[in-house]
Amino acid sequence: MMAYIIRRLLYAIPILIGVNLITFVLFFTVNTPDDMARMHLGMKRVTPEAIEKWKQERHYDKPLVYNKSTDGFAKLTDTIFAQKSLALFAFRFGSSDNGRDIGHDIRQRMWPSLAIAVPVLVMGMLLYISLALLLVFFRATYVDTWGVVLAVMMMSISSMFYIIGGQFLIGKFLHLVPISGFDTGDAWKFLILPVIIGVVGGIGGATRFYRTLFLEEIHRDYVRSARARGLSEMRVMFVHVLKNAMIPILTGVVAALPLLFMGSLVTESFFGIPGLGSYTIDAINSQDFAIVRAMVFLGSVLYIIGLILTDISYTIVDPRVRLQ
Amino acid sequence: MDFDENPSFRRRPESSEPVELLDPGLRRDDGECRTLVAVLCTTVGGISDSASTMVLAHWWMRQRDALPPLRLHLIIVFVLLLTGCKDVWNNPYPAKDDVANIYYSSFDERPKHLDPVRSYTSSEWAFLSQIYEPPYQYHFLRRPYEVVPLTAAAMPQILRLDKDGNELADVNETPAYTDYIIHIQPGIRYQPHPAFARDAQGKPLYDAQWEGLQQAHQLSDFEQTETRELTAEDYVYQVKRLGFSPLHSPIASLMQDYIVGLKEFSAQLDQAYAKLQQQSDEEQPWLDLRPFRLEGVEVIDRYSYRVRLKGEYPQFIYWLSMNFFAPMPWEAERFYHLPGMTERNITLHWYPVGTGPFYLSENNPNLRMVLARNPNFHGERYPDSGEPADAANGYLKDANKPMPFIDKAIYSLDKESIPRWNKFLQGYYDVSGIGSDSFDQAVQFGASGEAELTDSMRNQGIELLTSVSTSIFYFGFNMLDDVVGGDSERARLLRQAISIALDYEEFISIFRNGRGKVAHTPLPPGIFGYREGVEGINPVVYRIENGAPVRRSIEEAEALLEQAGYPNGRDPDTGKPLILNFDTAATGPDSKALLSWYRKQFQKIGIDLVFRTSDYNRFQDKMLKGTEQLFAWGWNADYPDPENFLFMLYGPHSRVKHHGENTANYSNAEFDRLFDQMKFLPNGEQRQQIIDRMIAIVQQDAPWVWGFYPVDFVLHHQWYSNAKPNLMANNTLKYKRIDADTRARLRKEWNQPIVWPVALFVILLLLSLLPAVYLYRRHERSTAR
Repeated sequence: MMAYIIRRLLYAIPILIGVNLITFVLFFTVNTPDDMARMHLGMKRVTPEAIEKWKQERHYDKPLVYNKSTDGFAKLTDTIFAQKSLALFAFRFGSSDNGRDIGHDIRQRMWPSLAIAVPVLVMGMLLYISLALLLVFFRATYVDTWGVVLAVMMMSISSMFYIIGGQFLIGKFLHLVPISGFDTGDAWKFLILPVIIGVVGGIGGATRFYRTLFLEEIHRDYVRSARARGLSEMRVMFVHVLKNAMIPILTGVVAALPLLFMGSLVTESFFGIPGLGSYTIDAINSQDFAIVRAMVFLGSVLYIIGLILTDISYTIVDPRVRLQ
Repeated sequence: MDFDENPSFRRRPESSEPVELLDPGLRRDDGECRTLVAVLCTTVGGISDSASTMVLAHWWMRQRDALPPLRLHLIIVFVLLLTGCKDVWNNPYPAKDDVANIYYSSFDERPKHLDPVRSYTSSEWAFLSQIYEPPYQYHFLRRPYEVVPLTAAAMPQILRLDKDGNELADVNETPAYTDYIIHIQPGIRYQPHPAFARDAQGKPLYDAQWEGLQQAHQLSDFEQTETRELTAEDYVYQVKRLGFSPLHSPIASLMQDYIVGLKEFSAQLDQAYAKLQQQSDEEQPWLDLRPFRLEGVEVIDRYSYRVRLKGEYPQFIYWLSMNFFAPMPWEAERFYHLPGMTERNITLHWYPVGTGPFYLSENNPNLRMVLARNPNFHGERYPDSGEPADAANGYLKDANKPMPFIDKAIYSLDKESIPRWNKFLQGYYDVSGIGSDSFDQAVQFGASGEAELTDSMRNQGIELLTSVSTSIFYFGFNMLDDVVGGDSERARLLRQAISIALDYEEFISIFRNGRGKVAHTPLPPGIFGYREGVEGINPVVYRIENGAPVRRSIEEAEALLEQAGYPNGRDPDTGKPLILNFDTAATGPDSKALLSWYRKQFQKIGIDLVFRTSDYNRFQDKMLKGTEQLFAWGWNADYPDPENFLFMLYGPHSRVKHHGENTANYSNAEFDRLFDQMKFLPNGEQRQQIIDRMIAIVQQDAPWVWGFYPVDFVLHHQWYSNAKPNLMANNTLKYKRIDADTRARLRKEWNQPIVWPVALFVILLLLSLLPAVYLYRRHERSTAR
């Protein structure tokens, strides 16, 4: 297995270089260093000299990827791409264009993101799997029919609706929790609403997906054998069927685990949660390339880790799987 | 929280039988009841003091042996949900602060910089102006706006000098230099700050050798704080910082034109800094500016300094009221440049150091920013005079009382307008603007067109303040363009026709909910030179009927077009409708209605409008190169002087040639000559006449369609007072007063939790599952088939 993991990690290097390059090209197709300087220096009384000075200080006055004016290897290294993006491979995120340490900000802001994402994942998984198994148990009855109809309706509704509707109903109308905000000392009361909305918002799609997985299993021989042995239907469902449907479930869940750090862009923005999702959005809005590239790189790394973890988890739930 | 910690449970109210019954039971109890109730109440929002909960707890104790445990727990949860723990659950602030003297507000965008030499936006000044104190400020109540001393002992002594530095006897003679001599009050002290901390030998306590330096990640890690007295040297140091190019002061270029020697000083600093960077391991080493001499700024004595300007610049007094000229102690710069401080985000941008009424006690712009009362504040008293109506409006109730009135101001980050608005309605913010999506809920227009609050707002005791902003949004013509620009009669008539066609009354009604005032000139109300009523109308676009201005008809616009050589809006060269290009950064679906409106206005006179949309950066590029044709832009006043608006039409400030703020690149020799005269005159009849003439010129030339002046609508709760709008001053937090008791009472009244719908939902959910449970049981009991 170790050889497999090392091989996968080596595969990750060209992927990360590619991601970096694409991020770089996309960002600088939309923005020029002059644009970034203007954004940071403000709107009023900004002189061309100040723009040049800003670029020079942050090394944005160099060519993007190829420097004709130098010799040898410096043609590639004395560029914005080399100087700004390659250090990421050593996980040196550097400073934002505003001068703040990105690594420190990420370490601080991942906790609020996790505070929402982890409960949503755990509670959501329990609820979605339970609901899906319930529908499968009552397959071909009114419970199943109306359950699927409800699930389709819920998955058709925009997440924005859940957020605004939840804030209105639970926060504004019923006065049960704060509408938005966050506090490190008293975080739980601010998390109730985004967690409920996160869980409820996922019911439709996830329940339907898991129902389909379980329906495929329910007609297998081992299920028939379990019933023949006189096991209760509840035990058949929650022990035998669930265990055998774990591989596709793990594919989705384990791959998503590392990405929990990255936070939710929309939820964090609407609830004023100071997580990594809002950090990324703010960076895009303020054209802070240093943060954007760091967050994209981090997201890619975490995604690759997630995929490797998924492969490893297969060997745990299914002994027939061998990683070679 | 432990049950016993709550005074309401320890109390033994003889008059309340249920509680008498509760207490003995609780004493006998093994803690199960207390734990359950405490957990429930804590879980749902705080310890309850309601009798219903206590009765419930007592009843449960008596019944617990009679019923199965699970069912009992379900019952108690259900009843608790129905009765509710009578505290407020949705309070985003700690309950201990309910009656604290705290001002609550929000911000939707984090301030980029908190260095007074660089900050230039209202979102930054909202914080900085409470912390830093320039020598002068605007009087809070008087109008027209008046500059008065803040840390200065008096208004500056202004000396007009000849080229040899001798004072001019003749007031009509143009000075070669002007000296501003400023005396500051003694005894003013900075906020407590580690930068001032010293050891027994009098040396800075925190230096590069301090052992805890590498472990410090926030300012509070430097436990020792001290203060020192404000001196004239600190003001001089800040002016020097204006000229230090790595700090990117937005007014450096402007001030180099006025402050004697600042340009040369900047060049000198650049050289010295480059040399220092070569010698230092640090990327941004500290350059101590004290040894460098700036010719135009010098310390006279401990409490006095002099600023020497080239020629004359009467508007300089307004700059002296801005944060750019606030004092900066050199110790702060030294402290923040200790090794590794920047890498660990401990910078002057993040932790300001000032003498003002407040200091930034918490700076987490991703969550909350907190201003706390500066314990070293020198003291200031609320003004005792203002406008005639101020006494009647209650703005003089606090006359001569010491400020500030509040202990703390908490600004929470709320990026989205809907939660922000709802939290204001719940009483969790003291003040609010009005977004377009909540406008109809808050404001209605009376029969006379006056904006007034809706009944629901009035019932809540909310008050509305409106004020015409000292800003202008205009529609500009690029005067360098071949079709719409230039000084030809053809182009002038074309611009005038378009000015008539663009119906800004309609624009304000559709896109601003009526929150705007049509502009007739570049000068907004409140600025000297603005004329109200018939005298102030733009005769090119309006005529007077029954003493009121009426927009000229489309027929008149068409007649002007015909004179210009575009009959029915058609280009004589092609015979087709004239095509004009509108360069705009307004993109996306939200802008569709706005762009459609513009197109419709031009179609009224037969002109086709083509949109050249781009992002704001591209748009600025076009403006810099002069490749735009038509554009829309705005300006917010720096200071209340006509010069700050009319300079946007002054030839030597054109955007393309001089990178100035004259975005239309307008140039008119007579206007420029009059501007040069007007700029140096004091407000008075002579200045008014010159302004009238300048405005008449630009109204005829029509380089802008004058657009509108925004009207600010601000709502505040009844517990918030001294709320008079002051569009020039930013340091107004010290004047504000909060009645915290009223706020706490009303918040509680408005935010009682409503739990019965939740209970009902749970019951319905359980009922809907009953058939399923029945089916399951039947399935389990049935025999195999």
